[in-house]
Amino acid sequence: MTENLKIIEIEVLRYNPESDQEPHLEVYSVPFSDDMSVLQGVQYIKDNFDGSLTFRWSCRMAICGSCGMMINGIPKLSCETFLRDYYPDRIRVEAMAHFPIEKDLVVDLSGFIEKLESIQPYIIPKEPRSLDQGEYIQSPKQFNDYIQFTSCINCTLCYAACPQFGLNPDFIGPGAIALLHRYNMDSRDGAAAERMELVASEEGVFNCSAVGYCSEVCPKHVDPANAVNINKTNAAKDYFLRFLSPKGGAK
Amino acid sequence: MEIIKTDVAIIGAGGAGLRAAIAVAESDPGLKVALISKVYPMRSHTVAAEGGAAGVKKPTDSLEYHFHDTVGGGDWLCEQDVVEYFVSQAPVELTQLEHWGCPWSRTEDGHVNVRAFGGMKIERTWFAADKSGFHILHTLFQTSIKYPSIRRFDEHFCVDLVEEDGRCLGVVVIETSTGEFSLIEAKSVIIATGGAGRVFRESTLGGIVTGDGMALAYRHGVALRDMEFVQYHPTCMPVTGLLFTEACRGEGGYLVNKDGYRYLQDYGLGPLQEKPKNKYMELGPRDRLSQAFFFEKQQGRTIEHPTLGSVVHLDLRHLGEAYLHERLPLIYEMAETFMGIDPAKQPIPVRPGVHYTMGGIKVDGRCATSLQGLYAIGECASVGLHGANRLGSNSLTELLVFGKVAGVEAAGNAKSSAPGNSSNLLEQAKAVEQRATELKTKTDGTEKIAVIRKEMAQTMEEGCGIYRVEKTMQATCDKLAELRERFKRINIDDKSSVFNTEWLTAIELDNQLDVALSMAHSAINRKESRGAHQRLDGYEKRDDVNFLKHSEAYYVAGGVPRIALGDVKITKSQPAERVYGAAGEKADQERKESHD
Repeated sequence: MTENLKIIEIEVLRYNPESDQEPHLEVYSVPFSDDMSVLQGVQYIKDNFDGSLTFRWSCRMAICGSCGMMINGIPKLSCETFLRDYYPDRIRVEAMAHFPIEKDLVVDLSGFIEKLESIQPYIIPKEPRSLDQGEYIQSPKQFNDYIQFTSCINCTLCYAACPQFGLNPDFIGPGAIALLHRYNMDSRDGAAAERMELVASEEGVFNCSAVGYCSEVCPKHVDPANAVNINKTNAAKDYFLRFLSPKGGAK
Repeated sequence: MEIIKTDVAIIGAGGAGLRAAIAVAESDPGLKVALISKVYPMRSHTVAAEGGAAGVKKPTDSLEYHFHDTVGGGDWLCEQDVVEYFVSQAPVELTQLEHWGCPWSRTEDGHVNVRAFGGMKIERTWFAADKSGFHILHTLFQTSIKYPSIRRFDEHFCVDLVEEDGRCLGVVVIETSTGEFSLIEAKSVIIATGGAGRVFRESTLGGIVTGDGMALAYRHGVALRDMEFVQYHPTCMPVTGLLFTEACRGEGGYLVNKDGYRYLQDYGLGPLQEKPKNKYMELGPRDRLSQAFFFEKQQGRTIEHPTLGSVVHLDLRHLGEAYLHERLPLIYEMAETFMGIDPAKQPIPVRPGVHYTMGGIKVDGRCATSLQGLYAIGECASVGLHGANRLGSNSLTELLVFGKVAGVEAAGNAKSSAPGNSSNLLEQAKAVEQRATELKTKTDGTEKIAVIRKEMAQTMEEGCGIYRVEKTMQATCDKLAELRERFKRINIDDKSSVFNTEWLTAIELDNQLDVALSMAHSAINRKESRGAHQRLDGYEKRDDVNFLKHSEAYYVAGGVPRIALGDVKITKSQPAERVYGAAGEKADQERKESHD
């Protein structure tokens, strides 16, 4: 089998905070077959050339959201990006943009996690229901209002794509806003007004400059740009309605 | 070393760990919870479950039916009192998840919908398209954020338990981002670390599924029960092992051999049905379907693919593109992305792959282990629900039902117990730190992690595959003993402290080798065929006289596991012939008449 394998050069941005002043590129020649992903490429390097090469991964099927990287400068899940699509050129793999690098391809996600926690990403019931009353009823329309925004896998590719997050790391950012919108749009939830403060805040939707690249790189077609846009409108509406009603205007 | 004091420590933050954490928080908001995970919670392997979660929903269904499907599906090796409790709580817990926002797929009138699944008599599998595990996990994770008493330790690797006077009183963890050790003192500890399927080669599982929690409990004297029962899922992507959910068949997909023939009709699952019929054909249980593949291959009726090897076809074409996009969107995407196949136009090549560890840490019906204060839940545990073969969609519900039980029990125990002797526990933790650090700092190693891991997976597939014989099982036992020795000479390139995944992978491999040994020795000891453990060397039949028993593997330091046999709890279902298709329907009818 080995004799049929082609060789691709993978250039990896390496950084070990304990020994390196700054990140640097290293090149590895990796034998590959057409079914091999970029993730399998870096796994090959770790298993065969340098055990210290560091990256996150788990499911291999684009659902756990661990393995995001910049691949030739574009944020992608490495498990569903294939080496064959780059061959015979050299391929460059780097840590996701806009995040601090912890080591090699691993970035510090603690800021993202704090944002996710800040948006109250859980149902705050509009009408509490006991378990013996059974499930809430949701019409197909009510279901379709929010279902698309439930698909976010927290891979943070949209943050690596977002120029505004690059400039202002405090921006809540596309992924967390999409999740906020998911709960606001859920007919079981009644806390859109509570979440509005954050939407319209300094860190909120008005940071967005409507580039739309976040939706382009989203591997799950969540369309966070759309969620951000809708919330810009909602926040503007809310702002004006506040003059008319002391309770504000959202939902 | 930092010392953190908590009431309940939970290792693993997948579906089971998160559900348990919420249960502790709800039962007493004053109790502190430490929720420890080697990854961020939403990366846990619950995320990859596709098909759904079983719980009685339709008026034509009953708890009784769910009970009998589960016990028969498990080839009568289930703890029947546990199954009774499980089926009764399943609909409650699934409704609870709906209240927390889980986007279950719905019927036109707005109620939760259910789909057909293998081995289930009535449609009772709640589903969220074909991303049920993903939605369950994210719903639980996001809901857990609501509770201030839950303190998460994301990307913290648990290396050992500490105990005193027969009580488990905490855990030792490594913070991945710094490499620093902490002792987390707790009055109750819950293990919720998932399965161990990565000890095999071709599996549906993520890289993190390494049986860590099983190894921890095992080395502290707790039995690993029924470890020989490893589930092969019949429809996996060749080479990678990625999963094509059973819902493909629940929605009406066919399995065909190289002649385009629906071969399952030859394996006691017929007669042929046009539409999906519960417990017939493609909706038979997983063990039977994987076994049928083995025989088709032996008889030269599989398709020999030039790069993928031997496969059969999963044919979804007749379901149509629109329906496939609605019900099986992930499957559609996976076939396109990973195989370049449009499932509305071409059949998908598949074969069985390792999917689930039926056995695990032995616990009673309230999730307690034999070590006081230590609990286990989910795939890492053996509460006795799945017996010798798990029915698809029972395990997602298991996470919820027993996650809650363990949380409540652990909370109760924490409230009624005194803390341990801190200086004694710290001494143990320091010894753990020294041992784990030596693995990294020693410089005379020659063995590569990747090589040992590969040889382990290869020998497990050879000896503990779908069909087993004494000779290869013995070879596997011997090979694992050799690998256990070679592991002592492991080399780690990366000597750094920050995010040292090579070091953590070595600790995982250490865990995997112990778990693999328990599987191989349990397997060779079971001289019968039952559920997922099938032999071809004179023990082809089920033997209720000698082996209507659980296997219990006990750790022996430096030696081979000691295997004991434990009783099976039978309440209302006496072992009978396990039949599906028309024969199954006849047996059901007879059972019903004898009760009337």
